[in-house]
Amino acid sequence: MSTNKVIHALYNDDDILMDAVKKVKGAHHHIEEVYTPFPVHGLDQAMGLAPTRLAITAFLYGITGTAVAVWLTWYTMIADWPQDIGGKPNFSWATNMPAFVPILFELTVFFAAHLMVITFYMRSRIWPFKEAENPDPRTTDDHFLMEIPVHDNEEELKALLETTGAVEINVVDKH
Amino acid sequence: MYQFSGKLKMLAIILMALGLLGTGISFMSAPKTLEEAKEILAKQNDAHHGGHGEAASHGEAKEAHATAAHGESHDDAHAEHAFHQMQNRPWSAVFVAMLFFLGVSLLVMAFYAAQRVAQSGWSVVLFRVMEAITNNLHFVSIFMLVFIIATAMHMNHLFPWMGEGVFDPKSPNYDPIVDAKAWWMNLPGWTIRGIVYLAIWNGLRFIIRRKSIEQDNGDLKLHKNLYNLSVAFVVTFMVTESMMSWDWIMGIDPHWFSTLFGWYVLATFLVSALTITALVTIYLRSKGALPLVNDSHIHDLAKFMFGFSVFWTYLWFAQFMLIWYADMPEETTYFVQRFNEYKLPFLGMVVLNFIFPVLLLLNSDFKSIPWFVVLGGIAILIGHYVDLFVMIMPGTVGGQWGFGIGELSGILFFAGLFIYATFSAFARVNPVAKGNPFLHESETFHYYNIQHRGEDNSHH
Repeated sequence: MSTNKVIHALYNDDDILMDAVKKVKGAHHHIEEVYTPFPVHGLDQAMGLAPTRLAITAFLYGITGTAVAVWLTWYTMIADWPQDIGGKPNFSWATNMPAFVPILFELTVFFAAHLMVITFYMRSRIWPFKEAENPDPRTTDDHFLMEIPVHDNEEELKALLETTGAVEINVVDKH
Repeated sequence: MYQFSGKLKMLAIILMALGLLGTGISFMSAPKTLEEAKEILAKQNDAHHGGHGEAASHGEAKEAHATAAHGESHDDAHAEHAFHQMQNRPWSAVFVAMLFFLGVSLLVMAFYAAQRVAQSGWSVVLFRVMEAITNNLHFVSIFMLVFIIATAMHMNHLFPWMGEGVFDPKSPNYDPIVDAKAWWMNLPGWTIRGIVYLAIWNGLRFIIRRKSIEQDNGDLKLHKNLYNLSVAFVVTFMVTESMMSWDWIMGIDPHWFSTLFGWYVLATFLVSALTITALVTIYLRSKGALPLVNDSHIHDLAKFMFGFSVFWTYLWFAQFMLIWYADMPEETTYFVQRFNEYKLPFLGMVVLNFIFPVLLLLNSDFKSIPWFVVLGGIAILIGHYVDLFVMIMPGTVGGQWGFGIGELSGILFFAGLFIYATFSAFARVNPVAKGNPFLHESETFHYYNIQHRGEDNSHH
């Protein structure tokens, strides 16, 4: 009945961490999480994480923004109240299109950027007053932490991690 | 070392021969007398069931002023006007193709110099490709020089301000607007400036290329020296390129001016230059001549193609929209003529130069797939040829434009010349700039996304 036990292996160098991740993956253990104080290039690849789809959402949001801008300029300038403003040709949307391009552009960027950021917050579960999920405060400064769930193989895992240059190995009960 | 294959050399020679033949035909078939031109016009009118109001729009063209002032009948004035345009057509066809390849080779040189100035790490394995392409600069420059001299000798009428009596107040051709610009627009000045631009570009290119080959010995002093020379090139290039675009392109419409024209011309040539670098790189890599170039380098080139396509669109639209919005008659005529007489190329190039590349090259994975980059690259090259076409043709041939033997032959000839110049230069030296201190960085260059896809990443 040790289902909630995890091992926290701490490292103080990102190169050593990368090698350790590769070794643990090589021994076919599941890595629950890695905490680092800064982005470590290639870590996601070593852990076998799937690429992000955030850029695809941004593209879709951008198209939405363009559509909103087209509708806004068409409805307000052409359909609702087509006034002659300084001789601008408000007969149809196309005849006055160049004047709308700055708005089309800005709303596209606005939608793409803001909705993508909000998507990022939601998917990463970040919001104000959120309780930090940090297992060890040192990982925000100069330490790297690898978390591996234990399934009745505590000794084996510990022995493996000791060969990877960990500076500290702790077995922790997770709630 | 790369071997310039006999097949490719044959292709280059065939292209040049076809181009010469077609250009000859287009010069022969241009009308020599006013009567011939009238016959052609009559045929055009029959084909269109009595014309389609073309004459009316011609009345607005600036060049028509001089002839219309004679008090002749409108038909005769129109015929004479059209006659000059028909005579200009073979010259313009050659000029557009020549300027396109000159600009592309020049901008490859400018990009290459900028890479040296920026001490860029990724592009060193592409240096020899870029240097080889710039070899074409020498070849086209010779033709440009001949063109400058021929134009200065009044062998063509591409530049209306070079016409007879334009600066003479007593002449019926007197043009006070152009006369006020005589301090810049005068034949000796134009000719000398043109020769000076060519001399600066070719001179610096020649020295930089020679030193770059010498640098294969690993001399770091040479590296510093090349850096300084590249700074000199970039600075003089920025000045001469702006002036070149006024002299050789904007001068065709001497009543019209635009402040950002130089950058706009720069953008169109720069995208084409990056595209042609990518295409030549992909070709040479497929022949096994560039063992150090990986998908990440292609990805970076495609990113540049994408980015500068957007940059071109930005400048194109900034120029168009400001003039459209204010709608001042002396500026708007430029776009009225293009919009009325050149609607398809004028709007079509926005699709080819903006919408197509943006949708095609937006995806990061697609940017490293060679055939995809080639597909986007061909669209970009066609689009920017059309761009130059729309810059030059309305002022020289006006409503008599078309894409026929003359235009195609111009492209074929200079494409053949390009192939010959580029690949013969590439075959002459080591395909790797092995003395460059950044070579290792370039060799091990890997873009993060591509690693995910599993490009060889033994260098991590």
